[in-house]
Amino acid sequence: MRHLLHRRWRLHEAFVKINGIKRGLWRAVDHIEHPVCLSLMGARLDVPVASREVTAPPRPSLMQIPSHKTDHCAFLRELYRRMKAIRVFEDTCVAAHKAGEMPGYIHSSAGQEAVPVGVCSALRTDDRITSTHRGHGHGLAKGSDLDGMMAELYGKEAGLCGGKGGSMHVADFSVGMLGANGIVAGGIPIACGAAQGLRLLGSDAIVACFFGDGAVNRGPFLEGMNWAAIYKLPVLFVCEDNTFSAFTHSSTTTAGPGPLARAESCGVSGERVDGNDVLAVHEAALRLSSEARAGGGPRFLWAKTYRFSGHVSVDPAAYRSQADLDAALAHDPLALARAKLAKAGLPEADIAALDSEVQADILRSQARARTLPYPHRAQAFMDVQDMGAPA
Amino acid sequence: MSSNTLTMGEVAARTLADEMRRDPTIWVLGEDVEMGGIFAQYKGLFQEFGAQRVVNTPISESTIMGAGLGAALVGTRPVIEMRIADFVLPAIDELVNQIAKVRYMFGGQARASLVARMPHGLMAGSAAQHSQIIESWFVNVPGLVVAAPSTALDLAGLLRTALRSDDPVVFFEPKALFKTSADMPDDWPAIPFGKAAHLSAGDDVTIVSWAQAMPVAKTAAAELADARVGVDLFDLRSLWPWDRDAIVASVARTRRLVVVQEGVGAAGFGAEVAATVGEAVSALKGIRRVASPRIPVPFAPTLEEACWIRPGMITKAVKEVLAL
Repeated sequence: MRHLLHRRWRLHEAFVKINGIKRGLWRAVDHIEHPVCLSLMGARLDVPVASREVTAPPRPSLMQIPSHKTDHCAFLRELYRRMKAIRVFEDTCVAAHKAGEMPGYIHSSAGQEAVPVGVCSALRTDDRITSTHRGHGHGLAKGSDLDGMMAELYGKEAGLCGGKGGSMHVADFSVGMLGANGIVAGGIPIACGAAQGLRLLGSDAIVACFFGDGAVNRGPFLEGMNWAAIYKLPVLFVCEDNTFSAFTHSSTTTAGPGPLARAESCGVSGERVDGNDVLAVHEAALRLSSEARAGGGPRFLWAKTYRFSGHVSVDPAAYRSQADLDAALAHDPLALARAKLAKAGLPEADIAALDSEVQADILRSQARARTLPYPHRAQAFMDVQDMGAPA
Repeated sequence: MSSNTLTMGEVAARTLADEMRRDPTIWVLGEDVEMGGIFAQYKGLFQEFGAQRVVNTPISESTIMGAGLGAALVGTRPVIEMRIADFVLPAIDELVNQIAKVRYMFGGQARASLVARMPHGLMAGSAAQHSQIIESWFVNVPGLVVAAPSTALDLAGLLRTALRSDDPVVFFEPKALFKTSADMPDDWPAIPFGKAAHLSAGDDVTIVSWAQAMPVAKTAAAELADARVGVDLFDLRSLWPWDRDAIVASVARTRRLVVVQEGVGAAGFGAEVAATVGEAVSALKGIRRVASPRIPVPFAPTLEEACWIRPGMITKAVKEVLAL
């Protein structure tokens, strides 16, 4: 149980009578209230007579996804709900940052919601994902706890990373989210290794690896394509092409016919989809991930989309024309999903109610995060390393 | 030679094989590990454990390092082979930005339980990109453990500890010594990090060294002993954590310290040892650092000589501090 000692945890205590003897039952829970250990204490309450670690079952995703085939409307409703949650989350956080109440800075993924939602809805809970510096949507789509993510962005102790990671390093291993990443293309080698490790452990889980169009110009992109191909690893590479490499239009920085052609040059096959069409993304991701899971080797999904915001919350994106932005807004993935949902038969009043529900949920989460405590200063010195830990 | 005489490479391979038999989640990835590695430190492992656990990789250092991390994040224990320490530089993002920090950044959710092995040190004729000593860079990175053994028994013992710990360990191995032989005892037990080997006791001067400079320091210490100089000699074996207590206690007694290292002295690990002792020992009489000059390692033997640590440099430094 040594490996649990580095975790922050709190103790819940209760008393139970067993065969007439009063005993203490201790339950250790971690910072997101997951039980990690149960101990039944002896009569003097100082020595456990029985202990066991608890492997917490994965928390349910944002919501279990209804079947695409049996209930198309409910399925679309859930995809839309997730996209709406990401949009409101991003807009709320950008506003909070601009108001000076959220530390750091925010890389908003507004406008790109169809990609994480379309892909993650095609994954299993035990599938893993790697993410980017623009990673809130990936986490939320994979089922990360909303409150935990909000608290993390506020730098609070109850955040998913205890306030130590913040926006750019938010991770939630309980749902297979192996971390946002402050380094462009940083997740690509990690995804390859995670797939290799899962195979060694006998798992048939796959890894979806999100990265942007800027990442295709970094060395680890080429290394990773080649690597995944030679070992036939179950990786779904997802190029979330939001048109910009930080503050620069990617057409001026990327040669050749695009990301998919580069992957194909290493023998990694895939598809290009409209990254604003959540259903198209979902269907392609389902096809490709099934092939990868079945042993077909890595697959590549090039999802073309558009970043509505600047690179970071303080960037007015003066480098792009209003006409470009207007064209993108006319193809807003959230509006498209909403229209599809209406067409599938959900009445406008129900969609509006869903919108309000999501909005309220995120505002409640924000209000909660505001009131939570910051981590104690002693936390700065914890979880560095065991051998040679800071004195 | 007795039957227990083994090269350092053989000791390294046998130790890893032992650990791989004990723990099925340990596996190896790196260039040319299938043929046993360029120093024979993986010899026989591919034959015993197969291609799933001894993975021959492309020359893709970033991904060798990063894939090792990914595999650790799902619960395996990779041994990442870098071939030589110079080649970790294309993988520095994966090691410094990712591996060293995941546990901390993710609030303890994840551990990068892995060993990144990188043979290092001067090797004759290897020049500027194959002969560097960059160990101190990694001491400066929170999250990393840094090992730098100089003997086969220490390499075996520290490797065992590294493979049984949850920390990421940067494991520097003395590459010019892999072919040297040693008489090995029957047991090669795990050795804790942060515990120096006390090689000889003396009251006149403390000599601290590690890695490939260590055999040179031993030679110098023997010469000094012949000249009736009492040398308190230490092999640090690991640089983070390092045995600060033993060294400070020794210098508190001898009041004189000579630190001997290969590689550039400026901001080298010897500087950390000297500064720590300087802060902790009030009645200090003198400190000297013996190290390489701040030049790239040159090729021509006559030039390369400028980088090698020779026993005479150590005895000279000792005489200087004794005169203080």
